[in-house]
Amino acid sequence: MSQPYITLNNITKSFDSVYANKDISIDVCKGEILALLGENGSGKSTLVNMLSGIYKPDSGTITIDGKEMSFSSPADAIKAGIGMVHQHFKLVDVMTASENIVLGHIKHLTTSKKRMAHHVEKLNKKYGLNVEPDKKIYNMSVSEKQAVEIMKVFYRGANVLILDEPTAVLTPQEITALFDILRKMKQQGCTIIIITHKMAEVMEISDRVTVLRKGECIGTVKTSETTPQQLTEMMVGKAVELEIERPKCCDYTSKPLLTVNSITKTNTDGVNVLNNVSFNLYGGEILGVAGIAGSGQKELCEIIAGLVKATTGSITFDGEVITGLSPRAIIKKGISMSFVPEDRLGMGLVSGMSITNNVILKSYNRNPGPFIDSKFAKKLAEQIVNDFNIYTPSVNYTVKKLSGGNIQKVLLGREIWLSPKVLITAYPVRGLDIGASYNIYHLLNEQKKKGVAVLFIGEDLDVLKSISDRLMVIHDGEIVDIVDPDSVTKEDIGLMMVGEHIRKESAQ
Amino acid sequence: MSRISISKRKRSASAVADVLIRIGAIVGALLFIGIVLAIMGYDPINVYGKIIQTPFKRFGGVMNYTIMLTTLSLGIAIAFRMKFWNIGAEGQFYMGAFGAAAVALSMGDLPPIVLLPLMFIAGFICGGIWAVIPALIKAKFQASETLVTLMMNYIAIAFISYLQYGPWKDPAALGAAKVPNFSENAVLPEVLGVHSGWIIMLVLVVIMTIVLKYTKFGYQVDVIGESETTAKYAGMNTVKIMIIAVIISGGLCGLAGFMQASAVEKSITDSMSAGLGFTAVITAWLAKLKPPVILVASFGFSILLQSGNSLQLMKIPSSITEIMQGVIIFFVLASEFFINYKITWHGKNSGAKEAA
Repeated sequence: MSQPYITLNNITKSFDSVYANKDISIDVCKGEILALLGENGSGKSTLVNMLSGIYKPDSGTITIDGKEMSFSSPADAIKAGIGMVHQHFKLVDVMTASENIVLGHIKHLTTSKKRMAHHVEKLNKKYGLNVEPDKKIYNMSVSEKQAVEIMKVFYRGANVLILDEPTAVLTPQEITALFDILRKMKQQGCTIIIITHKMAEVMEISDRVTVLRKGECIGTVKTSETTPQQLTEMMVGKAVELEIERPKCCDYTSKPLLTVNSITKTNTDGVNVLNNVSFNLYGGEILGVAGIAGSGQKELCEIIAGLVKATTGSITFDGEVITGLSPRAIIKKGISMSFVPEDRLGMGLVSGMSITNNVILKSYNRNPGPFIDSKFAKKLAEQIVNDFNIYTPSVNYTVKKLSGGNIQKVLLGREIWLSPKVLITAYPVRGLDIGASYNIYHLLNEQKKKGVAVLFIGEDLDVLKSISDRLMVIHDGEIVDIVDPDSVTKEDIGLMMVGEHIRKESAQ
Repeated sequence: MSRISISKRKRSASAVADVLIRIGAIVGALLFIGIVLAIMGYDPINVYGKIIQTPFKRFGGVMNYTIMLTTLSLGIAIAFRMKFWNIGAEGQFYMGAFGAAAVALSMGDLPPIVLLPLMFIAGFICGGIWAVIPALIKAKFQASETLVTLMMNYIAIAFISYLQYGPWKDPAALGAAKVPNFSENAVLPEVLGVHSGWIIMLVLVVIMTIVLKYTKFGYQVDVIGESETTAKYAGMNTVKIMIIAVIISGGLCGLAGFMQASAVEKSITDSMSAGLGFTAVITAWLAKLKPPVILVASFGFSILLQSGNSLQLMKIPSSITEIMQGVIIFFVLASEFFINYKITWHGKNSGAKEAA
């Protein structure tokens, strides 16, 4: 192995006597891609935050190119050539790409459009990026924004790039493009540290993998010498079944539980966010929904759940028309439909309240009289915490202080406890690590086996392909097709997600 | 070079630390005001001595303020918990006083056992109506309740002025613009030396604690306050809950008006609130909208309000107590920062030292 470029030596960081990182030592070489793998709360973010100057280690040293560093701020880290692309982009929407790139880092007294464009072009060429200097951020797709973020880092002179879950929001084609860029950067001698949860990507892009668990470094292995199974075991600490099962338990000849009939939704700008959407959802099936974020998934869920009114069209639940009913009316009719929304803390849960007060959100009214049945609430909370292995100091703990996976379990636990007939889940594993995600898939399969009709809005195509009985691909508010997930490739789905009908070519 | 870094606490400060930080803030505020007093040429120890003596020397006066402030703060708290920014306690107070006065002046001959409950109900209803108007406007037109409730204050005060100088002017007052005094039957009796409003106040504190903490309604109010989207998602009728809560909010402020009119003024005037409808916003907020704490905060503020009068006798401007209120608020609000964030000093090479 060549001389390491970055050396983290016995890094320890604790918050309020809890170790976030304990004695972590990592080497990264020039021109290497290191994947950082670990479950939520394993200390990945803390570690890269120390490398990018946001936190300061309690003890241990950071050495870059042989020099010991002491970062007191992100500016110090940038000076040392370390740049970070955060999961949530930090761009000014109304400005152009080049304005965002020079923002806060104007190297000359005056800025000229020409000079900025020139810079952008130079960096485009060097790293194979494709940033249009004069395009406004709000006109950009997610991957274009990401490219601007990456370029921002390079403009500041970085030669070490840290990416925090860069693929979470991209389509397969965009991910391929991003990986091409990363490889090109590697050839240019850049050092790249990438945080990701997706095992397939770790295997594809990284040279070595460092696995963290509960703040400790479990080990660093060469990607070519390991398997996803081994990595997962290192990460979780025990063997995890990586196969998603797909029991067949749906009778498609029976009557569908939920029928969505020509739903169209026009938003306030007069744009059809959903256009003539029709499909059936049967008991005992998982219907996966694939699509680029913002293709109408949110509206579809909210219309079915009664939170938003459709402009035209109807929805039938078990033979009864429920279009236009409020969630309250739907609950009152005894229709048991659960909706696990995308926005967990903004819609599904009351973030400032305790677990107890959250699990009763939909059942607090079950007893007569004006008082909350606090015994029932406590029992229910304890039961859900137990059944779903929610890691919390107590049932009175505030939900927003739990980790992402536990927050999602509180939400799912509550919805599943209601024993619904239809379960709508939007991105139920977003932000969750592998262990927690597979738990959720398992829970959804359990529901399916019980005859529940599950609508699964997902983003990871590997998962969607393996968990869905049928896969619906939507683009721009329209259903492109509903396909058998085994008969299409990921690339096919990717094409359909951008609106290309591939059925004709692949017709059997 | 040493640096200071500010980081959000992973866990909020413990309950004990929370209380200590708040007490520290109030002590800090008092010390700061002490310095200001000294600069102004007054003896801070003397001033504080006077203030501390106030509740013993003028207990009745302190209690009058406490009853008003607590009841108003309770009303504000239920609305604020729902994030309905009711800044109209002042107006609801006057309308409550008006309702009680209308009953007292027109049916003054009824026995107290009938008359006082009628005044109580009238005060509650009038305050409630005054608060529900902005709520309806908000529900219908999404108008900002902050502005509407605030503006309705001035309408209410002007209305009382109109009554005082116009139709309700006491002909027996020899030309002075004054609403006639209530009959004896319309005056809340004294219990243990203080008007019996204190019993009403304590009962209201207990009721509101129970309502907010243990009932479905209190739960709904809190859920709406946290997130209206979540409340709708959970199937709550948010508009109905909001309207009910706002009626209670205005009704409680109206009750404060009833008690002040009946027990203290024994009439109504257009300046009888002394601006407490606004002070109550502060006490409610300082008490984190929790009824029992509201009682404590209101009592503390009442001591300051009452001692303003005693200080005048020492030729110290009574406005000094208003400055004190302001400084205390600033310090307590600033202390929130220390509850949510922690500040760490990094000495030179601190990391290296620890590692060695």
